[in-house]
Amino acid sequence: MSLDRSDVERIAHLARIAIDEHEVPEYTESLNSILTLIDQLQSTSTEGVEPLAHPMDAVQRLRVDEVTEPNQREQLQACAPAVEEGLFLVPKVIE
Amino acid sequence: MFNLTLSELSQALSRGDFSSLELTQALLDRIQRLDTTYNSFITLSEEQALEQAKAADALRAAGKATALTGLPIAHKDLFCTQGIRTSCGSKMLDNFVSPYNATLVERLNQAGMVTLGKTNMDEFAMGSSNESSYYGSVKNPWDTDRVPGGSSGGSAAAVAARLVPATTGSDTGGSIRQPAALCGITGLKPTYGRISRYGMIAYASSFDQAGPMTRSAEDAALLLQAMAGEDPLDSTCSTQAVPDYSATLNDSLAGLRIGLPKEYFAEGTDPQILQRVREAISEFEKLGASVKEISLPNTQLSIPAYYILAPAEASSNLSRFDGVRYGHRCASPKDLEDLYKRTRAEGFGPEVKRRIMVGTYALSEGFYDAYYRKAQQIRRVIQQDFVAALNEVDVIMAPVTPCSAFRLGEKNSDPVSMYMEDIFTLSLNLAGLPGISIPCGFADHLPVGLQIIGNYFAEGKLLNVAHQYQQVTAWHTQAPANLSEG
Repeated sequence: MSLDRSDVERIAHLARIAIDEHEVPEYTESLNSILTLIDQLQSTSTEGVEPLAHPMDAVQRLRVDEVTEPNQREQLQACAPAVEEGLFLVPKVIE
Repeated sequence: MFNLTLSELSQALSRGDFSSLELTQALLDRIQRLDTTYNSFITLSEEQALEQAKAADALRAAGKATALTGLPIAHKDLFCTQGIRTSCGSKMLDNFVSPYNATLVERLNQAGMVTLGKTNMDEFAMGSSNESSYYGSVKNPWDTDRVPGGSSGGSAAAVAARLVPATTGSDTGGSIRQPAALCGITGLKPTYGRISRYGMIAYASSFDQAGPMTRSAEDAALLLQAMAGEDPLDSTCSTQAVPDYSATLNDSLAGLRIGLPKEYFAEGTDPQILQRVREAISEFEKLGASVKEISLPNTQLSIPAYYILAPAEASSNLSRFDGVRYGHRCASPKDLEDLYKRTRAEGFGPEVKRRIMVGTYALSEGFYDAYYRKAQQIRRVIQQDFVAALNEVDVIMAPVTPCSAFRLGEKNSDPVSMYMEDIFTLSLNLAGLPGISIPCGFADHLPVGLQIIGNYFAEGKLLNVAHQYQQVTAWHTQAPANLSEG
């Protein structure tokens, strides 16, 4: 399967990455060459094979629900681009 | 002192040949003098290093020093270090100073190690040449027209150039073993989950694994001992007990069963590399090992499977870089979508964007079964091949790379040709198995790596096998001839 210009624009939108008009041909070409590589899988039969998500098929460990961390809001927000009164600032979302 | 290993430096510090402060200052000076050539460091942490060295010397004076106290190290710039910038090789995190330490950083600090700085890497660990770093490419100390490998390229080059005796790296598809091979050093990728991933910036979480990069297997054992083990902060970190890795280094190799996968010795690999690997294997036969041919028939499928699964995990992991909580933010966003899109367009380089888009596509509606699920099934097929092989042999030996260090820019224009570089390393990450790369000679003037693969949690065996080889050969002691003074 080969991607065209509009596919690449749609994928970039889903990934929330702005791409310039002039970059689209380059991305289309490189993504198509990667897809050609990964499409090699399609010729191998995997019927009945259980998918593997974790190398040792481990499942998530649970722990007792205890408070272990102190509040570190100020420290954690020190590296934020914009904060005010403990809140992260973003452009206005609701008019 | 620049040519000493961690183990040798530890003895020198105990004898009082020099102090940790003197050692630290000498190495910092050397990095400042020589690293303009190699570009293996992104950030030097002089102030913190000198403080740590003074504290280590005080511990030693008080009789409280342990094996690693006062020894220098540098961390790949994806391990979070409190108070020292952690960039992950990306413009996205150019201004990021972590509020906490990665678990392995914390453990090595506790052991008394001195952090000299943070090493260069491919952006977000995506690459095999270190050329995707926002901070510029790293030069291979054996030939500065060539790449050091990647993504832990700075970590490998810094050790090879004798700027620091050991570094940390991370291996998602070969990122410790491949640069170790290309730079002629020892690099261990442990079993998935052996070392905590807490504070290690995530690329593909079901593959990512940290490990030591050193000049000898003996040093790798010392470091792994301090890095490995259960961590309440990472639920994917194994609870298996950590054995004493140094205690088994000198075990005899008599009766060791070595498997050689025929698919790794096929055409397409530099004949000189195959020759060096065969010579290394004959050394093991002299040490009492037996060799048999085995088959890992689905090796070719590891590249397509990996380049679906890793980008899929990356597209999810890297969605956190949104310009809101930390890292780069675009100027004057007009709305939230504009904030996300321009922040990510400006903050990520081309290879990171490509992998995010491939992953986004593979996970998008209608394609999940054909790509993601299919690749996970192939992942099991590849794992089963290894499990079957490791029922018959104790370790598997193979080349690390199909070619030695290539020229800067040589594979940069075509992402797929760069991906092929990982053919011998990727399948291990799919299976979650441990592997080590050790130097085993040269192809022309460039280092060649031997890869030794073992069963789950068999790091002790890998280190033992590697150490025994390093007792009877001297490839690991070779340094680039053109290194500037010292």
